[in-house]
Amino acid sequence: MLLEGVSRTFETEPPVRALRQVDLTVDEGDYAAIEGRSGSGKSTLLNILGLLDAPTEGRYWLDRADVLAQSDSERAATRARRIGFVFQSFHLMPHRNVLENVMLAGVYSRMPRGERIERAESVLQRVGMTHRASFVPTQLSGGERQRVAIARALLTHPRLLLCDEPTGNLDSRNTATILDLFDELAADGLTLIVITHDELVSRRARRRLVMVDGMLSEQPRRLDEPA
Amino acid sequence: MPALRAVGVRDLLDEALASVLARPSRSALTVLGTVLGICALVATLGVSTTAGHQIVGRLDELQATEVVAEPAGGSGFGAPPVSELPWDIEDRLERLNGVVAAGGYANVDVGDRLVSSFLIERLTRDLSFRLRVVAATPGLFEATRSTLSSGRTWDAGFSEREDRVAVLGRAAAERLGITDVAHAPAIFVGDEPFVVIGILDELAREGDLAAAVLIPEGTARGLFDLGAPSRLIVDTELGAAPTIAAQAPLALIPNDPDQVRVTLAQAPRGVQAGIESDVQALFVTLGLVALLVGGIGIANTTLVSVLERVGEIGLRRALGAGRSEIALHFLAESTLLGFVGGILGASGGVIVVVGFAASRDWVPVLDPWLAPTAAVGGAAMGLVAGLYPALRAASLEAAEALRSG
Repeated sequence: MLLEGVSRTFETEPPVRALRQVDLTVDEGDYAAIEGRSGSGKSTLLNILGLLDAPTEGRYWLDRADVLAQSDSERAATRARRIGFVFQSFHLMPHRNVLENVMLAGVYSRMPRGERIERAESVLQRVGMTHRASFVPTQLSGGERQRVAIARALLTHPRLLLCDEPTGNLDSRNTATILDLFDELAADGLTLIVITHDELVSRRARRRLVMVDGMLSEQPRRLDEPA
Repeated sequence: MPALRAVGVRDLLDEALASVLARPSRSALTVLGTVLGICALVATLGVSTTAGHQIVGRLDELQATEVVAEPAGGSGFGAPPVSELPWDIEDRLERLNGVVAAGGYANVDVGDRLVSSFLIERLTRDLSFRLRVVAATPGLFEATRSTLSSGRTWDAGFSEREDRVAVLGRAAAERLGITDVAHAPAIFVGDEPFVVIGILDELAREGDLAAAVLIPEGTARGLFDLGAPSRLIVDTELGAAPTIAAQAPLALIPNDPDQVRVTLAQAPRGVQAGIESDVQALFVTLGLVALLVGGIGIANTTLVSVLERVGEIGLRRALGAGRSEIALHFLAESTLLGFVGGILGASGGVIVVVGFAASRDWVPVLDPWLAPTAAVGGAAMGLVAGLYPALRAASLEAAEALRSG
């Protein structure tokens, strides 16, 4: 993944320069955390990385493809098959049970129906939520909901997992569970990019980046941190 | 690069169905307007076809079995026809296959004779009238499908014996003050006495005979100046009328069939259809208005739904839905609502039609395509109603949608 001189300006009054000339290279299997205060532009960066938003200038290659040159439906297909999203507010469908929520990701990636159930059961096992498969989200704790959301993101075998404040609504115990899960996923070779303002979270990542006023900089690893 | 693709139809319908079922009471209320509109339309069209067939059915049966024969020369001032219609109508026509009954009549020229009834209690009043006197063959009563309110009609024997009997049309009997024939009331045509043997109640055909005094043709010829029959009525089996119409002239005047002018009755369908379509147009308009309101209801609910589910739209985009798939999703939802409304409305309409027909002992008549068309129409309306909300949903920015959801 390669970003070159990416800027994003929102045409408000006055215009907001959310990203200023961001360069970023993320290799396959990286586990990177992007820290920053709210309003620093980190969510905007994540949306651009996830093809949910387009930069006003700059270039973006994903898997050696110039994704900014692609059509809406091509980018949608990339999102469906290559990218998984985890959100602070989980975004689970309240009227559907855990299994159905996870299977929803298969709809837009055109995963065959038979495979969807099989795969959903397998990812639910992966996040340790098999016993809650028939529950609806309102019956689950925050940590459980986020694990379901992660399972949904993993359904389509994405190469890249983008997490927007994944622990923002969780207590420390649930946070720890989620971070352990991230460690396991990273160990399996999944590329993870986590946005957070919680140092606890960013310290677990292999790379730490800091976003200040729309500008991104790499943070050198401290000596006391595990490699 | 992943190939360009569209979401599967089954997945699309499943997702739309799940969304609709997730809010059952709202969906039910949304559908209600469409149900009422479609129901009104189907019921209106069904009831009017049912009623139409009922009315047309009765008239048709009467008209399709009637053949009228008249002298070709007409009754104008022209030269008298060379060959006249015979009086032995029953003998000549009832042999034909398909004839149920046949009879004829002619006005009797009674000069300035008046018709009176000399009932003792009414002697003090002037009860002499200028009434139409008609000579008729015995088959006429059956051929005109007449019913009697009192007494009987005559047969061929009365005519041969020149018996002085009369049958009164209902209006004629009322004027003469005769209500029944139990005491063999007498009437006089001029000075000639007749015994009233029957009073007609209804004539399905030749209704103007209700105001006439009918006497046997043989009797009339003996007493008065009587020409050839001026009008012959034939009651046929259903479907036999055209054949009888072709055969009757030959049977009546074999050597000069052109002298017979035969008429097949025509149902006044035009007028009737006109009346029907006026009423129908009113109800169809009402139904369409209800349907329009239903459509606006679906559009409104779908729009509210889009605004409420911004987060869900963002999620679907993140999971890989393109703008077109978001639009299709909401179009499928509104179409589904319209379709369900159409099915329920069509069913309700059919029930109304059947109930209406049953309450009147009628046979319900429905165009077989009406119900399916109504259901598809509901779906089409849902589709149109969903266009604007779907475009709104598709135009949302994914990143923005995820943040505000």
